[in-house]
Amino acid sequence: MRLGSGTFAACCVVIEVLGVALFLRGFFPVPVCSFSGTEHQTESPAPEPSAGAISNWTKLPPPLFSKVVIMLIDALRDDFVFGSEGVKFMPYTTYLVEKGSSHSFVAEAKPPTVTMPRIKALMTGSLPGFIDVVRNLNSPTLLEDSVITQAKAAGKRIIFYGDETWVKLFPKHFLEYDGTTSFFVSDYTEVDDNVTRHLDKVLKRRDWDVLILHYLGLDHIGHISGPNSPLIGRKLSEMDSVLMKIHTSLLAEERETLLPNLLVLCGDHGMSEAGGHGASSVEEVNTALILISSAFERKPGDVRHPKYIQQTDLAATLSIGLGLPIPRGSVGSLIFPVVEGKPMREQLRFLHLNTVQLSKLLQENVPSYRKEPGFEQFKVSERLHGNWIRLYLEENNSEVLFNLGSKVRRQYLDALRTLSLSLSRQAAQYDVYSMAAGTVLVLEVVALLLLCVPQALSGKAELDVPLLSPVSSLLFYLLLLALAALHVVVCTSSDSSCYLCSLPWLAAGGVMVLISTLLCAVVSALTGMFAAGSRLSKNPLPSNSRWSELDLLILSGTVGHVLSLGASSFIEEEHQTWYFLVNTLCLALCHEIYRNCFVGDDCAPQRCPHAGEEFDGVAAAPQGKSTGPDVWELDRASKHPSPLEALRGPERWMVLASPWVILSCCRLLRSLNQTGVQWAHRPDLGHWLTSSDHKAELSVLATVSLIMIFVLVQKRCSLASKVAMAFGLLGIYCYRVAVGNLLFPWQQNNKDISKGITEARFVYVFVLGILFTGTKDLLKSQITADDFTVKTVGLWEIYSGLVLLAALLLRPHNLPVLALSLVIQTVMTHFVWRPLRHDAAEVTVMHYWFGQAFFYFQGNSNSIATVDISAGFVGLDAYVEIPAVLLTAFATYTGPVLWAGHLVNFLASEASRPAPETQASGTLYLRTKLTSTSMDGVKASIGFWSKKARGGSRCGGWASALRPLAPGGLHLLSALQTATADPWLPQLQAC
Amino acid sequence: MKDTDIKRLLYVHLLCIFSIILSIFIPSFFLENFSVLETHLTWLCICSVSVTAVNLVLYLVVKPNASSKRSSLSYKVTRFLKCCIYFLMSCFSFHVIFVLYGAPLIELALETFLLAVTLSTFTTVPCLCLLGPNFKAWLRVFSRNGVTSIWENSLQITTVSSFVGTWLGAFPIPLDWGRPWQEWPISCTLGATFGYVAGLVTSPLWIYWNRKKLTYKNN
Ligand SMILES: [Zn+2]
Ligand SMILES: [Zn+2]
Repeated sequence: MRLGSGTFAACCVVIEVLGVALFLRGFFPVPVCSFSGTEHQTESPAPEPSAGAISNWTKLPPPLFSKVVIMLIDALRDDFVFGSEGVKFMPYTTYLVEKGSSHSFVAEAKPPTVTMPRIKALMTGSLPGFIDVVRNLNSPTLLEDSVITQAKAAGKRIIFYGDETWVKLFPKHFLEYDGTTSFFVSDYTEVDDNVTRHLDKVLKRRDWDVLILHYLGLDHIGHISGPNSPLIGRKLSEMDSVLMKIHTSLLAEERETLLPNLLVLCGDHGMSEAGGHGASSVEEVNTALILISSAFERKPGDVRHPKYIQQTDLAATLSIGLGLPIPRGSVGSLIFPVVEGKPMREQLRFLHLNTVQLSKLLQENVPSYRKEPGFEQFKVSERLHGNWIRLYLEENNSEVLFNLGSKVRRQYLDALRTLSLSLSRQAAQYDVYSMAAGTVLVLEVVALLLLCVPQALSGKAELDVPLLSPVSSLLFYLLLLALAALHVVVCTSSDSSCYLCSLPWLAAGGVMVLISTLLCAVVSALTGMFAAGSRLSKNPLPSNSRWSELDLLILSGTVGHVLSLGASSFIEEEHQTWYFLVNTLCLALCHEIYRNCFVGDDCAPQRCPHAGEEFDGVAAAPQGKSTGPDVWELDRASKHPSPLEALRGPERWMVLASPWVILSCCRLLRSLNQTGVQWAHRPDLGHWLTSSDHKAELSVLATVSLIMIFVLVQKRCSLASKVAMAFGLLGIYCYRVAVGNLLFPWQQNNKDISKGITEARFVYVFVLGILFTGTKDLLKSQITADDFTVKTVGLWEIYSGLVLLAALLLRPHNLPVLALSLVIQTVMTHFVWRPLRHDAAEVTVMHYWFGQAFFYFQGNSNSIATVDISAGFVGLDAYVEIPAVLLTAFATYTGPVLWAGHLVNFLASEASRPAPETQASGTLYLRTKLTSTSMDGVKASIGFWSKKARGGSRCGGWASALRPLAPGGLHLLSALQTATADPWLPQLQAC
Repeated sequence: MKDTDIKRLLYVHLLCIFSIILSIFIPSFFLENFSVLETHLTWLCICSVSVTAVNLVLYLVVKPNASSKRSSLSYKVTRFLKCCIYFLMSCFSFHVIFVLYGAPLIELALETFLLAVTLSTFTTVPCLCLLGPNFKAWLRVFSRNGVTSIWENSLQITTVSSFVGTWLGAFPIPLDWGRPWQEWPISCTLGATFGYVAGLVTSPLWIYWNRKKLTYKNN
């Protein structure tokens, strides 16, 4: 079957997306959840176990606390409270932790350490799936059972102030609320003032039972300037005074009521050394949790060190404290010190309730739950508990009772720990069958692509896809039969849930047909290739004769990069790979240039003409050359005399210096932002520049970069665009001054910080204007055919509009990244690609490499923690979803997008030049993008497998999985991917 | 030219390998606590000195290119000085390249420089011995079809394999194994050494196997 390469590419992408989707569906752990829906609200609580005698206590125990205040400080890392900073800036809290009536803990958050899943974990006690990150920006209503739902059902009155996420999760649960949007990351005072201003009033009121406060300022400071900024100390003192205010007010009120009150201070996640969060480093995972209540009184000498607990434990504890049933999906265990002061019978009752709830959850999620050690322990302790109750009711002597009671308690605590652990592990189980099917699909598509690439590169825009014959072949039917048998066996035997099995038969059958068709196609393509290869080997000229050292480097580098992703360290430190490859590429170019310059014109004239056949098979091998290139190279050299010979004077010197210029630029950019995991904490220029003491230096740097951007971009624009560009860049500087990042020279220190909306919109106008003129020029060139100059100018204008937008969105310390990327593009174009006449494929791959390297130069990494969400709110005064997502995506992928844009420009301008060997750009471009997209798919899957094999943290893996799914971005096709991926997101959540 | 030359080449290379092996074992008799990994810098110095010495001695003994006709003392001295300058320059340029590749600029500068010296010993010193301070000749040897004798051919192989070894040596650095040899620049120096030794071993063998096909123009 003959296919146009466009159709072929589209088909491959669709199938690949399907494979990746299937894989991800299998990979993302299905959250452990309670299947008994919300309709069984009035389920009676488990009665006290009893052996023989009948207990009279069947109702839920009464609440332990009358009022509960939850003060959640976003990104409250454990050492902000328990470390030296806490001692310095939070004196009241430190006093409470060390001497007051409180229990302090280090609560471990499970990745993804992003706010919304963490809130869910705190309130439901369950482990939110990784897919929840995607929905972090737009959290839907929480349907699962949670403390809030239970409290609402029990008639508790809840008041909430703080992050809007809560209001979205619990839209009808609060008596009163005031949500603050968390999207103006650059604002860290107003978000908190909005919460604190309600405090005085609300603390005096008596008409509430639960008060929840979510302070965002600390997290925003972290995102802006990292955990070591002086702003952190100030914010912590502010929080300390808030805590003091709440605590004293609660204490004052307590005198009038019988029950004590509870004040919970906690963080949702930590803060990495770079200031972000999302991954699984120790700093991001460990949060502070302090429970303060007069019920926790202690004797003077009682030193309590912060114990390590799970974040999910809070939900169960809060429920017990409020006298509510524990949320059904909770995997946490009761924080025992909270009930330690109660009588033994109540303690055991609480523990029993928690164990019963966990074992029920286990029964619902694990078919073979009877074999679980936790369940056996539960049964044993329940029996012992019954005996204890009997003794208790018979009123035995208190010593015996106490001894037996503490034994039962120990049993219960053990059972709780085991149950909680096995449930958490359950949440991390994969659906291997779906994963395998997805991987097979992706690999088959990639194999087919790789097999077809030589054919596609041969120049014809059409390729022969061996599809029709395999469908009718015997192999196909055999495969289909075998797969169907496998499917039946797997689906009937496996006891855990499996996505493919839950699909309707037709869909599963479709997947199997796809797999076997592709396999047949690959097989027939392979046989075809071998046949062609054996035919070719009889020919005197082998087909691979065109490979030069540079081609080899490019090929092995790209393949090597993909292979390197098999190790999770190489995913975490992927930037190192790209920097290394780009450096090597520059050195290889350097070698090529110097050889062309010196050997090319001095030695070659005497040596080359008679060097041809004589040297076949000589000396070339150590450098990985085969015999072919010599002949080819010489042919080319004789046809086109070495292009560098024509260059004389300054231009020649520039050519010689260009690799070194590029290398130094890369080195500079590399020290601008430290990324990755292992070395992310190292000091870098970016942190130095963003610290508030160096505003003047940052301003100078930003000015220089903006001027460089203007100089480099304007020369190929029309006059109108030039002017617009200049005004736009000026507007960017004004915007940054208004936001408070930069300074005007006449300004000493600006006090009034605004959101800079006017300035940003001013720039947007020019961006749109430039894009519009560019598009107009492009359309004009379409009408008046063959008008290449108009077309190139139009393309370049669109490109410069994107550059202007990027300059607006990037943080000011990242402006040099943009400027130097333009420098490198210019130098490469004028002094490397054109003089050395690299062909379109080489140039494309080089653009891909540089684009990847620039993704990391910006400070990005494969962790979601480094995504700069503040970019999505430039010039918006409220959160508008679509523009915010688009802008964030563009700012994140600026490097790759701009390099892709430059590639289009370069290929178009080369096509317009009267050069003989440039190819038509469009199809080739599409093809390369396609391969790189599939590379990303492979990358994700390989990453996953390695992660799975290591059993380590999955953070790097899932983050890199999100990359191919991210909207916008390097891959022009990934928009399509997301569109296809979206429909099954709700299904993921359905559970 | 064929078999005797290849034999001589083989012996010369074996002596070089021997010198590296000696540099690992001999110093432990004189220095306390000497080991390649822990006192890495000392080993680097000893290794480079011994390899340089062996190269120079072998060059003087074997004289692979009996070309220079003018042999006045002043000519020899200037040539020697020029060689020294070339060597230093190559050390510095390697250092610069390592920094460009991401080596820290200020801290560990000594380590980086010693790596540069070691790599120069494995690559520049043999070049200087064989080709002299003649940049054109170097470029000729390291471009395709440029070699004119088995000596140059083996030079090409050993140099390239040293570079490749150093390059590959950088790969384990980001892995989170936490081994002592993952420290900068140990894995690279080890890579360079292995690459050099591999080049020394393979080049005579490769030339021997391909001796039928190899024809050099000017001899
Ligand atoms: Zn948060
Ligand atoms: Zn945050």
